[in-house]
Order: sequence, then structure tokens, then C-alpha cells
Amino acid sequence: MNKDFFEILRPGIHTTIQDQGRLNKYHLGIPFSGSMDKRNYLISNKLLGNKLNEASLEFAYQGPLIKLNSGKLSGVITGDVTFNIIRKNSKINKGICYQTFEINDGDQIDIISTNRSVYGYFSIKNGFKGELIWGSYSVNTRAKIGSNNGEKFSKDQKLYINKLESIPNQKKVNYLNSKIEYIRVIKGTNYDYFSEKSKKIFFSKEFIVSKLADRMGMRLEGNKIENEVETNIRSEGLIKGVIQVPPDGNPIIMLSDHGTIGGYPKIAVVISADYDKLVQIPPGSKIKFKSVELIEAENLYKLYRMETENILNKII
Amino acid sequence: MLKNISNLGDAALYCDFGSKINKEINLNVIKYFKKLQQKNLKEITNITPSYNKLIISYDLSIINFKSLKEKIENITIKESEVLDSKIIKIPICLDEEFSLDINRLSEKLNMDKEKIIKSFLNKDYFCYMTGFIAGMPFLGDLETSIRLQRLETPRVKVPKGSVGITEQFCNIYTFESPGGWNIIGNTPTKIFDKLNENNPIKINPGDNVSFYKISKNEYLKLNE
Repeated sequence: MNKDFFEILRPGIHTTIQDQGRLNKYHLGIPFSGSMDKRNYLISNKLLGNKLNEASLEFAYQGPLIKLNSGKLSGVITGDVTFNIIRKNSKINKGICYQTFEINDGDQIDIISTNRSVYGYFSIKNGFKGELIWGSYSVNTRAKIGSNNGEKFSKDQKLYINKLESIPNQKKVNYLNSKIEYIRVIKGTNYDYFSEKSKKIFFSKEFIVSKLADRMGMRLEGNKIENEVETNIRSEGLIKGVIQVPPDGNPIIMLSDHGTIGGYPKIAVVISADYDKLVQIPPGSKIKFKSVELIEAENLYKLYRMETENILNKII
Repeated sequence: MLKNISNLGDAALYCDFGSKINKEINLNVIKYFKKLQQKNLKEITNITPSYNKLIISYDLSIINFKSLKEKIENITIKESEVLDSKIIKIPICLDEEFSLDINRLSEKLNMDKEKIIKSFLNKDYFCYMTGFIAGMPFLGDLETSIRLQRLETPRVKVPKGSVGITEQFCNIYTFESPGGWNIIGNTPTKIFDKLNENNPIKINPGDNVSFYKISKNEYLKLNE
């Protein structure tokens, strides 16, 4: 078996292996999964010169405390993350995101927290050793699919490394996780089910992200959306970003590990360009929606992709 | 030809096959689904068939709504084509420890427990779709006499293998999951098997399913 690994001294709140996600399995009930904040995931692998779809460690809120058991390797953390590198001789280096670092046998990485955000990524040169299921390493805890038997990591587990390697030159990139004033959406297929007053509220009032937010979905509170037609529809397919309104009137946004079908009316769908920013909004924060047309959403996605390419291309 | 296609957000086509739920409409959905699957278009990232809708997700960095819609709406199927479907027999234990809602069903339907069970076992069910959780089949149609709304307050945890009924439909909880269906029994059969990479689900849309009663002892022996 593999001799190179990190020992997990503290697992963190929700630490899983993720990559770009799993295609073409919705019809079996298996969602896309994959990294929640795709851009930060891609940047982390690019900084190390990895394949862009290498298996990375995704953590939420509080990350793990892990100890390298052998050798020397390069790693990087992306997101808005506070972390320390605790050297074997007990010296502590304050971690800097978007800048590769080298660690040695016995060094520890203490990922303390994500700041005013939810997800962060820890990638290493050559990636973590994972289990490829239907073309993806991503963990889906609900169906127990993917690396680590489809589970999040727990204490005392080992985090195996593909191949120990340290890159010759340190790499870094300047990237600021900018905040967004509005989450932009396209009206949903059941938009007309909702009262005029509720439609106005939806696009003018602030909602609060509730504590019930995870990789599956994000529940919102603060304003109830009133349905005038039918609070249940015949179950049909869902996609990431769909905003469903159950009978209690509190909207739920579907995220990467969402159930593949659902029966609540859809008031709107978050545009693809805003996914990364949406998932980083922590519970307790306020969120506002703005309506855009399809063509505009497509153009905004082009812009999002161009920006991502520009950042990745800056890393040579 | 697919006539009624709109957009669901900026990265999915929403194909509407009509407002009714019946086998005929659903068979059309399934046929289009299979046809699209065979085409293996690289811009399509997911296809989700349901009772009367087909949702096609695509990679917005390769294609946009207008172009994919034009490509998809001209695809035709032979309505007369017979779907390749299996007949599947599923064992079910109906002992009270598994039949969590039999008393509620009996009370609300004003019907003897034995009669409910007899009616349930007496029919073949058509698989309309699979999903929500991995491999969960949505089967129909139940006899009108045993149709009941879902629980007012869903259970936080429905045990794995539970067989639930709601309105005209029946499902099987392939994993422990939250859920609000009336649980009538439990099957030891593994409906979703991730180790079977090519065919991880036992029941596919278009298949026909019937249930046969087993004892607790048989249940324990069969438990996968």
C-alpha cells in the first residue's frame, strides 16, 4: 500500500475529496457533485502545475489539522482562508493563500477557518489518492459514492498522496475573492405560480441564508414567497442553481449534491456565472436577487470564463 | 419532434411532454431519453427523464440554448417502437416492524390492513423514472382504493429498503433518507449497487415491477 500520507489529527467540519464532478448520471439519481467553488479549485491545481481536474481537498468553515508522515511536497490553499504551517521544530509559519508552500516530514497544516466565506481548497502536487467512480473522484456523501467510500474525512484517517514531489519554484497569483451585491437569476419555469406581491418581494427584499445550508442546498429565510396556483408539482428534473419554493414559502437553492428530481415549484434559476460566488455566502448573510434575461446570462458566463482563463494564464 | 422546449436557467433545456401523467406520455419521454443517450453528444452533461418532462443539461462553454434547442427539436423517435423493458420481482417483508404506516393507511383509507396489502401485491407497477436519491424508482399506478397523501410531517430518517406509497405511486428508499411517503414494508434487495459500474440500478424507467411477500426469516436470509 501507499506509504505517503497525511495523518488527520482533526477532520474539520466537512472535508472531502472533490474534482470537477461527475457527468451524465442524473437519470440514476446521482448528482454532479464536484468542487463547490470551481474557480478556486482550478486555481489551486494550476498553481502546482497539476492536471486541472486533479483530486483536491475541499473544506468548509473550519478545515482539518493534518500531519505529513514522510518526504517533502508542495501544496497550496485557495479561498479566503486562515491557516498555519506548524513545522516539526514547532515553529509556526502563517499561511498565505494563492502561494505554493513546501512541507516536510512531520510538518502540520492547521486550516483554522474560511473568512466571511464557506469553502476553501487544499491541493498538493500530483493530487490526493482517490477512488475514481464514473469518471470522478468527487465524494457524494448521500449516495456514498467516490473517494473515501463516499464519506467526509474523520479523525485518525489517512489522506494518501499520489506521488511526493516538490516544485522547484514557488508559484503565486494575486486573486481577490470579490463579494457580489446581487445573485443574478433567470425566471423559473413556475414563475407565474407566485403572487404579484411575492414576485416583487423576491426581486427587491433581502433574504437571509439559514443554517440549513450545505453541499446539497441552501435554505433562505426572511420573506415568505406565496404560491397562488399549486404548492406541489409533478416531480421533475432539477439542476444546480434552481430555486424551489416549498409550501412553507422559504426558498431553497439547489447546490452541487442536490436531489436529482423534486416536486416544488421553481421561481428562478441562478445563472452559471454566479455559482462560485453564491456557494461562498455563509449562513446569516443577506442575499438579494436580480433578474436577467437568458442572452445576458450567456454573455455573463463568457465573461466569467474569460476572467477564469486570464487568472489561470497568469500562472506560468 | 420535440415541440415544447424552453430554458431552465442558462444551462438546461426544459422539454415538456404535456401536463398529464400517464404511461403513454412517459414512454415518449423515456424513448427520447434513450435516443439522446445513444447520440452521446459531448455538449450534453446530463439528461433527466421524469413523468412528463425531460431536462437536458449542457456545457455552456461549448453550446448555448438556441443552438442546442435547434439540434434537439429535430430529433424524432418511432412512437411504435417497443421499449426494451424487464419484468422484475421484488421481495417485500410486510411485518409490522417494517410496515411503519400500515395503521395510518388502514385508518385513513378506512380499510383492513390485509386488504390494503392484498391490493398492493396484486398489481404490476410501471417504472416512470428513477432519481431523487441514487436508484430510487418511482412506480405506478396503485389501485385507487389505496391512494393516500404523503405524511404531513416527513420522517427525518426513512430506513433503507423501505417501500413507500403516496397517491398513485410507489417507491423504494435505496438509502436511508428523509421522506414523507407511507411506508408499507421493506425489501432486502439491493436496488442500487455502485460496484456494478455499467448497470448500477436494478429497476430502470420502462421496467415492470411486482412485489411478493416474504417472511422475516426469508428477509434476514436475503438481506443484501
